[in-house]
Amino acid sequence: MFHIIKERIHQQYRTLDYPAVQPELSPRYLGRPTIAASPCGDCRACLDACPTGAMTVGPQGPALDMGRCLFCGVCSRACAAGKILFTKDHRVASFSREGLIVTGDEPVSRMPLRDFTLFRRSLKLREVSAGGCNACEADTNVLGTLVYDLGKFGIEFVASPRHADGLVVTGPVSENMRQALLDTYEAMPEPRIVIAVGSCAISGGLFSESPECHNGAAALLPVDVFIPGCPPSPWSILDGLLAVKHAERPTPDMPPAETAPRP
Amino acid sequence: MEFGYTASIDLNDVPVLSAEELTTSVVASVQAGRRVLALFGLPEEDGSGVGLFCLLADDATRTLAAMRTAPLAAFDSMTPQCPQVHLFERELFEQWQIRPEGHPWLKPVRYCPPEVGDAPRPGPAETQYYRILGSQVHEVAVGPVHAGIIEPGHFRFQCYGENVMHLEIQLGFQHRGIEKLIRNAPARRLLPLVECVAGDSSIAHVTACCTLIERLTGLSVSMRGQLLRRVALELERLANHTGDLGAIGGDTGFLPTSAWNGRIRGDFLNMTALLCGNRFGRGLLCPGGVLQDVDTELCQTIGKRLRAAYRDVRGAVDIMFASQSVLARLTGTGRVSRQAATDLGLVGMAARACGLPRDARVTFPVDDLPLGDMTPRTELSGDVLARARVRSAELNDAAATAGAALTHIPFTRPGEALGTSSIPALPANRCAVGIAEGWRGEVCHVGITGAKGTFRAYKIVDPSFHNWMGLAMALRDEQISDFPLCNKSFNLSYCGHDL
Repeated sequence: MFHIIKERIHQQYRTLDYPAVQPELSPRYLGRPTIAASPCGDCRACLDACPTGAMTVGPQGPALDMGRCLFCGVCSRACAAGKILFTKDHRVASFSREGLIVTGDEPVSRMPLRDFTLFRRSLKLREVSAGGCNACEADTNVLGTLVYDLGKFGIEFVASPRHADGLVVTGPVSENMRQALLDTYEAMPEPRIVIAVGSCAISGGLFSESPECHNGAAALLPVDVFIPGCPPSPWSILDGLLAVKHAERPTPDMPPAETAPRP
Repeated sequence: MEFGYTASIDLNDVPVLSAEELTTSVVASVQAGRRVLALFGLPEEDGSGVGLFCLLADDATRTLAAMRTAPLAAFDSMTPQCPQVHLFERELFEQWQIRPEGHPWLKPVRYCPPEVGDAPRPGPAETQYYRILGSQVHEVAVGPVHAGIIEPGHFRFQCYGENVMHLEIQLGFQHRGIEKLIRNAPARRLLPLVECVAGDSSIAHVTACCTLIERLTGLSVSMRGQLLRRVALELERLANHTGDLGAIGGDTGFLPTSAWNGRIRGDFLNMTALLCGNRFGRGLLCPGGVLQDVDTELCQTIGKRLRAAYRDVRGAVDIMFASQSVLARLTGTGRVSRQAATDLGLVGMAARACGLPRDARVTFPVDDLPLGDMTPRTELSGDVLARARVRSAELNDAAATAGAALTHIPFTRPGEALGTSSIPALPANRCAVGIAEGWRGEVCHVGITGAKGTFRAYKIVDPSFHNWMGLAMALRDEQISDFPLCNKSFNLSYCGHDL
């Protein structure tokens, strides 16, 4: 017993007071990208380099779809004009698919598209891995450890979909998990939300060409929150979950959280 | 045909045997102490059919042996004499419709349609389960969706009271068709795909793949590149052993270690992020070395953090092993006999816990760096305690190995670690093998190129592929309540198996 107490003192208090205190990320960490808007002419170097087809080039210059992006930085290295830069900002979550597309324009505002205020005090989530490689799963699971201490925010991962307000999906949705994923969603009481974690769950990511995968959760379920990355940093995931909790009060014309399944 | 494990061989030098010659030879080799590294279908380039390709490893002489057959539709199953090929033969039947005649357990592996022909697609995990009948016998079915944040799989327990007589594990829910994607992938997508074979073993898989490409093309890796790769691989081992020892503590009800190890695991992952920005090491390796070099200051920073995190995990794990109640819970639980481990061809940490000194870092090293004091850490009891003790001992080795590499890096030439950011052109009709000892065990990649220098076959064997049956054996005559603990002690990959 004495040894345990001694070791407890050595291990110290390690919980970070997020979001008041921001985490120290690796200097090599690649977070939210920024793009300098200017015409690219005939140059398509970023398109040729990107492993997942996340880049497009329009008249105003390149656009990067974070929903497909692996945050590998290949495009940034390929761009001779240095137009694509990755910042250290881990806050990449979006309430809309369009909000993930980064162009030279002002970023899309983080206004929710639905009313999430019901979940302000308590948000119970059920996670389903549907073809995920266990990286997104691991970095979601880690939120339960004492560094992040998810419970203190009133957010908890629960065992049964019956107890859940939201479904967190990882992976490109393999054909063999499609039905189990839909069944889990059906088993959740309304109103319910869906959170897609990782590029696979948002767009199919690297597996978008596989006949065994379904291009992520967004192709099958009404996704409310998109958290891109391969995998997203645990801080990105926490930020996305907190965005739901701290979502602003709705405008009168905003629909409530999903109350009926979509086709 | 025998060859050194670092060699790339001309496919035309691999003798084409008859099915009978191949099966006789494989069975005799395994009885003589060799292991089956991989057995898979090799499609003919003109589409005339699919033959067998078998790769054996001789740990004693550090050589590999390759053999193959002409296209065939059926062969006599080797599983009755050589159980370690049971899953490979099931895979052959599922993927290529090559029937292993007389296979005792010819069920689907991944529940996906074959690559040739048109067999109907089975529903996920829909198969004839092994059942024990009796009025007091009951069946417990779990999954695919489990209670925690974990990958999907289906488990069926045949129980008499609380006692598990048999556990059958059916996987395939994570099947993404990754081997096929890799075969057809443009060069820019190859390594990202390989890094996603099993996310927690990204470094091990990409090390095996890069090694394979280097052996095919004759690219060499500088000393600095080898050292950096070694640091990344050992950090991956440290992170996962730390996490799993914490999980074992959690399932035993010993919460201090469970809480601390969850944090310390993150510390190791964050050290990997210092190397390349990604906590799982994605984007670090490339053929010929690494994509991002380090400077002396970064080596010192990581070294310092490594020593601190190692001190923390050592302390956290030591108090767990000093607890009588933890030892009582782990001792004798989930035992796998040495004989079963040998027969099933278990690899890695799970095999070492059964007394088999199998460690690819010693037998088939990916680099030519000295190993120091590192020897395969073995235990004899084969139970959860043995697996936990092997992992605990490997924390020491991994920390020492990574620490030594970090102190050596500043004495090598800066910049020489950098490899090629593009995949070099591959020679035609060659075969090479990349083996890396990940934290679970031996990750084996086999690449065979065709006439145009593209991959004609790319076979990935994750250690989980060998070891899932070991978990099923560990549950025999145990209680259902022992399952989480046994499961954590193996912590096998679902997607590494399902591919």
